[in-house]
Amino acid sequence: MDPHYPLIYVFHFYLFGVIAIASALAFVTRKSPVSAALWLVNTMFSLSVLFVMLDAPFIGVMQVLVYAGAIMVVFLFVVMLLNLGHPSDLADVRGGWWKIGAGVFGLVMLAEIWVVSKTRLSGDLVLPPGANESALAKLGAVGAIAQPLFKDYLLAFELTSVLLLIAIAGAVILGRKVGTSAR
Amino acid sequence: MNILALHPLLQVANPNLPPTSTGVFFIATIVKMLIVFTVYMIGVALLTLAERKVSAWIQDRHGPNRVGGKGGWLQPAADGLKNFMKEETMPAGVNKPLFVLAPIMSFIPALTTWCVIPFGAPLPTRWGRIDMVVADLPVGFLFILALGSLGVYGVVLAGWASNNKYSLLGGLRSSAQMVSYEVSMGMSTIPVLLLAGNVTLNTVINQQAWGGWNVVNLTIAFFIFMVAAFAETNRLPFDLPEAESELIAGYHTEYSAMKFSLFFIAEYANMVTASALMVTLFFGGWDVPFTSHDNIGPYSGWLTLLSVGIYLAKVMFFLFTFMWIRWTLPRFRYDQLMSLGWKFMLPLALSYIVIVAMMMLLLEIAGIHPGVFYATILGAVNVILVIVLFAVLDRGRIISPAYGRMHPEELKRLRRLASRSTLSTEASS
Repeated sequence: MDPHYPLIYVFHFYLFGVIAIASALAFVTRKSPVSAALWLVNTMFSLSVLFVMLDAPFIGVMQVLVYAGAIMVVFLFVVMLLNLGHPSDLADVRGGWWKIGAGVFGLVMLAEIWVVSKTRLSGDLVLPPGANESALAKLGAVGAIAQPLFKDYLLAFELTSVLLLIAIAGAVILGRKVGTSAR
Repeated sequence: MNILALHPLLQVANPNLPPTSTGVFFIATIVKMLIVFTVYMIGVALLTLAERKVSAWIQDRHGPNRVGGKGGWLQPAADGLKNFMKEETMPAGVNKPLFVLAPIMSFIPALTTWCVIPFGAPLPTRWGRIDMVVADLPVGFLFILALGSLGVYGVVLAGWASNNKYSLLGGLRSSAQMVSYEVSMGMSTIPVLLLAGNVTLNTVINQQAWGGWNVVNLTIAFFIFMVAAFAETNRLPFDLPEAESELIAGYHTEYSAMKFSLFFIAEYANMVTASALMVTLFFGGWDVPFTSHDNIGPYSGWLTLLSVGIYLAKVMFFLFTFMWIRWTLPRFRYDQLMSLGWKFMLPLALSYIVIVAMMMLLLEIAGIHPGVFYATILGAVNVILVIVLFAVLDRGRIISPAYGRMHPEELKRLRRLASRSTLSTEASS
């Protein structure tokens, strides 16, 4: 991290970074599905704080609204409906090779992070200093996202929405009971 | 570097500009936090008394009248004391950390929401202009939606951690209900944000101060928002998560003493927040009605006091409405609740967004800019839409999902059955 950031910024960056990583670790190691889901919510919160610190308040709020507020609630809902029994009854059916594979994959990801943090970005990819603040002041938190999304990247946006529509249609068809007509 | 407090306290800045020094901002924010928190907590305590008094009034009883004189003013204090003294029960088989976490998680989102709601005209001081909002975030309203969507965790976790079938059913019901109505709630506010052009609540209030209150221009959006707010706060007629006749006390069946009290406080805190949102989004926030000099500077201390008073009066009216409806309407059935949310409110909210957006586009093409004429056209179209929705379409055609549509033949059969069971068989043939 560059040395010219204020101390309070650096402090919060590391604080929430550590919380995010610790919660993510707790998320994959908990046996009870409900506590795992809650640790994931905690990770989402910390990520949202990091987004806000990067002058992206809209993405930070969406992180909480969509992931923590909607998706994880539905997860919890399903977990409770299934009621998987006491966590001690649940055993990991995957063998030792899976664990070794996961460890190797984790090491690869760590190496990637190390490489990415060492490379220098080309000048085209770096925003001029203060670009975020001026966009926020001119367009507002939503406008700064909406302008490029609905002008420059409209086609990609619409294609994504078609993809989601297909997923919804697929879920409806899969969820329909066999033998009954669609209502 | 100033030593936090001393230097800015002596400094004299332009009272009509935001404070320039960080120290002033820091101190002002802390003072505002303390004031808002105190007023909020005392207000919630008094609301529990108000609820009992209003219910007594509606049912023609006296209500609490022993503690603290004739009005029973000290009843909330007595209740609080009782809750501190009672035993904290911990039933067998509960998930202990989550059982303790649940009341906290239902209480905190309701409280935190308040930090972005503006509650008065800016106050000019000798250290700069102090805005009457704890934190004026650029994402304002979205922050409220995001935190509001977290309130469901407390209820769901309480239901699950209690290790009780009734609690679990209450928790499941509430999560389904809150997720369903959140969608309509978010969608109903989009016309408001379209008119304002931004998501900060200050912009929304300013737009209403100049262009008329949104309840006049966007009545249908207000209607959807109010119904969804009742569902989000789990108040009657949407209190299925704690329907006494079916689920004992729903998700908080196993809670006692202060943990139960936290759920209770959270319910009232949510009510206050929902009322404040209705006021801010649709009733002009702290805007003093029928005046215009309160919208522009120079501000004064008296103006701030007046606007805060007006704001509190508006919020209290909605709090009364919450209680009024609770003691007037019966509870929905569960399938009615779901079909009202998904089959009526969501399509209505979505089509309303399209109508409002098209209207704004047409007005822009016609070259009419926001102002009195613009607001008049919006209001006129709104009157037509309201008549169409509530007088023409609401005759067993659109809102019928809410009470469960019945085939005419089935209705006839039931009427025949009913007439057969009475003595006069030819009464309704």
